[in-house]
Amino acid sequence: MSAEIGHFALIVAAVLALGQSVFPMAGAVRRHGALMALGGTLATGQFVFVAIAFGALTWAFVTSDFSVANVVQNSHSAKPLLYKITGVWGNHEGSMVLWCLILSLFGACVGWFGGNVAPGLRARVIAVQGMIGLAFLAFVLLTSNPFDRVNPMPPDGRGLNPILQDPGLAFHPPLLYLGYVGFSVTFAFAVAALLEGGVDAAWGRWVRPWALAAWSFLTLGIALGSWWAYYELGWGGFWFWDPVENASFMPWLVGTALLHSAIVAEKRDALKSWSILLAILTFSLSLLGTFLVRSGVLTSVHTFATDPERGLFILAILAVTIGGALVFYAWRAPALKGGGLFRPVSREGALIVNNLLMTVAALTVLFGTLYPLIVDALGLGKISVGPPYFNATFVPLMAPLILAMGIAPFLPWKRADLAGALDRLKLIVAVTIGAAAVVVFLEDRYSFAAALGIGLAVWAIGASAFELASRVRLFRAPFGESLRRTAAMPRSAWGMTLAHAAAGVVVAGITASSVWQTEIVRVMEPGDRADVAGYTVAFAGVQEVRVGNYLARRGRFTVSEGGAAVATLSPEKRIYLPQRTPTTEAAIRTTWFADLYIVLGDPHGEGGHAVRLYHNPLVPWIWIGAVLMFLGGMISLTDRRHRVGAPRRSVRPAPPQPAEA
Amino acid sequence: MPSRRLLYLAPLAVFAVIAVAAAFYLQSGRDPRLLPSALIDKPAPAFSAPGLEHDGRIVRQGVDSASFEGRITVLNFFASWCTPCLVEHPQITALSKTPGVTLVGINYKDKPAEAANWLARHGNPYARIGVDPAGEIAPEFGLYGVPETFLIDRAGRIRFKQVGPITKQVLEQTILPAIETLKK
Repeated sequence: MSAEIGHFALIVAAVLALGQSVFPMAGAVRRHGALMALGGTLATGQFVFVAIAFGALTWAFVTSDFSVANVVQNSHSAKPLLYKITGVWGNHEGSMVLWCLILSLFGACVGWFGGNVAPGLRARVIAVQGMIGLAFLAFVLLTSNPFDRVNPMPPDGRGLNPILQDPGLAFHPPLLYLGYVGFSVTFAFAVAALLEGGVDAAWGRWVRPWALAAWSFLTLGIALGSWWAYYELGWGGFWFWDPVENASFMPWLVGTALLHSAIVAEKRDALKSWSILLAILTFSLSLLGTFLVRSGVLTSVHTFATDPERGLFILAILAVTIGGALVFYAWRAPALKGGGLFRPVSREGALIVNNLLMTVAALTVLFGTLYPLIVDALGLGKISVGPPYFNATFVPLMAPLILAMGIAPFLPWKRADLAGALDRLKLIVAVTIGAAAVVVFLEDRYSFAAALGIGLAVWAIGASAFELASRVRLFRAPFGESLRRTAAMPRSAWGMTLAHAAAGVVVAGITASSVWQTEIVRVMEPGDRADVAGYTVAFAGVQEVRVGNYLARRGRFTVSEGGAAVATLSPEKRIYLPQRTPTTEAAIRTTWFADLYIVLGDPHGEGGHAVRLYHNPLVPWIWIGAVLMFLGGMISLTDRRHRVGAPRRSVRPAPPQPAEA
Repeated sequence: MPSRRLLYLAPLAVFAVIAVAAAFYLQSGRDPRLLPSALIDKPAPAFSAPGLEHDGRIVRQGVDSASFEGRITVLNFFASWCTPCLVEHPQITALSKTPGVTLVGINYKDKPAEAANWLARHGNPYARIGVDPAGEIAPEFGLYGVPETFLIDRAGRIRFKQVGPITKQVLEQTILPAIETLKK
């Protein structure tokens, strides 16, 4: 019965989404207060009914209702409860319902928390959210119904793809979707502003918290995905420039640009049409990410749904959503009046540098991701451009970005003195050069890359710390005053400083683990020892175990350092029942400064096994840094300026010629 | 200002081009795989690539284009970071066991350690492996990416080119018959 309730709830939600697209929009055009207010109610209604549908699907999974086709294909009665629940979105149909659930949640949130937004704009935002919701609910109902029944009912299910039976991947999609879909709100704000035909500084203020929330979740989602790839795929790496990874990374890059340009739009009334374009592009890339993964256009380790018909449907949604928004942009954006004037060397200028580099970086990633598709479209076969392309194009863009990030907080608005700012930062400049020099002398190989990476990391962390210290006048004012200033610092300032320093932490992790990784591959027999980066790893042997729904060959390795045993590691090769799919479980010992990483390979001869041992210095910093970025975003989000109403600008005299291009 | 208006139309124009191309791609059933390659029936470009070395050990000797004369050669560009290469690896391995054919590899933009480990893990079918760490040889062959495979006859001329992985079907229906023809 729950399947029918779920199906019916989805239909009701689609009807409510239709109403949500029409009534508030009509109300905004006719300035009809009650019609506009209806938008919030309908958005809440849509959320409630999608939640009922999602609940019904979850119930079918938890109770192993094998009369539902989706449960049969993706669940099994012997599966742990956690993976019965996460199995709901571990498949195409269920993950699209989750997508709709999060979308309707954000729509409802605009109604609940958007009280400070001007009523006309809010009504239009909610209407645009309704349209997106309608498109995706139609997609689910017409091509991907998760509630289809099977008759006769099979005795048991086929089980969830074992690679998804993992806590990291279980929570990766919800976080990623919170990010992707969160950018639907900034998209709706952009389209609503174009419909309304005007953007004032308050627009930037209203958009920022939504961009910040979406960006924070996307950061965490990408980090979780990369962490999963690190410990589950058993390749010792954390990022593979895989198309699916790129699909989530591109909206992050453009979303980061949006986050920064919205600041200029709010504070200086400039870069408005550019911010609107970024908001459209960010969500477009999120949709493209969905399209690339769902349509089966790209083959990838991550893909779990391939169906050209769905691909065409999503392509149609993309064409209407993105194309429609860009038509409005071409039509309405030229009329938007730019505001504040500024010199090239200024905080605005630095934020434009950020924007350009982030956008160009996203374009290079987009090109590298689509190039194999273009070659394939020309009928020339499936090829890969791989990491060499990305390392050669993406990394050089990040270096000036990090440099600008360190110095930008020291540049005042409108007009700044670069030499003066560098003079204030001379201590940090000296420390950075010193650190890079030390690295050059430490290493004989890859010294340039390592020195550059470590230098940039030190620069980012040092400049952020120095920015914090100068903001509270540490050592320049009495300590009590510094303390008082620290307590009075706005949360958004804390957030920025933390997130910028976190970027340095990530750069340090990426640099050290790429340049100083040690990898040993060899066949080990029980009793054999291997030396890795100061550790001695002894192989004790392999035993066969049966745990829950899988069989495993489990290796035992004792790790000692300077003669003293420090850890026992047990990497596994698992065979999941009932599909008999093999997975690799790396065993990792982390000290927070480095990981010792062991992968058990295939048997070799009598009792011998292929074993891969890695020592990855600073690799945990990549994820620590990402979590710090997320926290920075969250702290900034709690700033009281985001909660109180934005000041209404009175009608001002026409501003001078806009400075933006 | 009309020029300013055009600037605002640019994003839409770019998107329209991409969308039309994508729709065309999804709709068209044509096979432009028959595009002629400029290199077919031309002598293979002359080059000499050093062998793959790792841990002070030579995994395979290098490749010199002079060695193509007098034998049928399959020249395969591969890399450890390339997923499609893994897809064609069983077919490449099968080719190496085909009598009368020498299989040589060019390891494209790879680190020697990673290439050696990849070969240790998946098997090393190559008689010789030249390394092309900076991608200097690849342009001579007009490489789009990896994998790509060239069939070279006894006179050192390129007779067939495969872009992308060699599937079972390509191997059985195209490459093996082409090799049979060359043997005559």
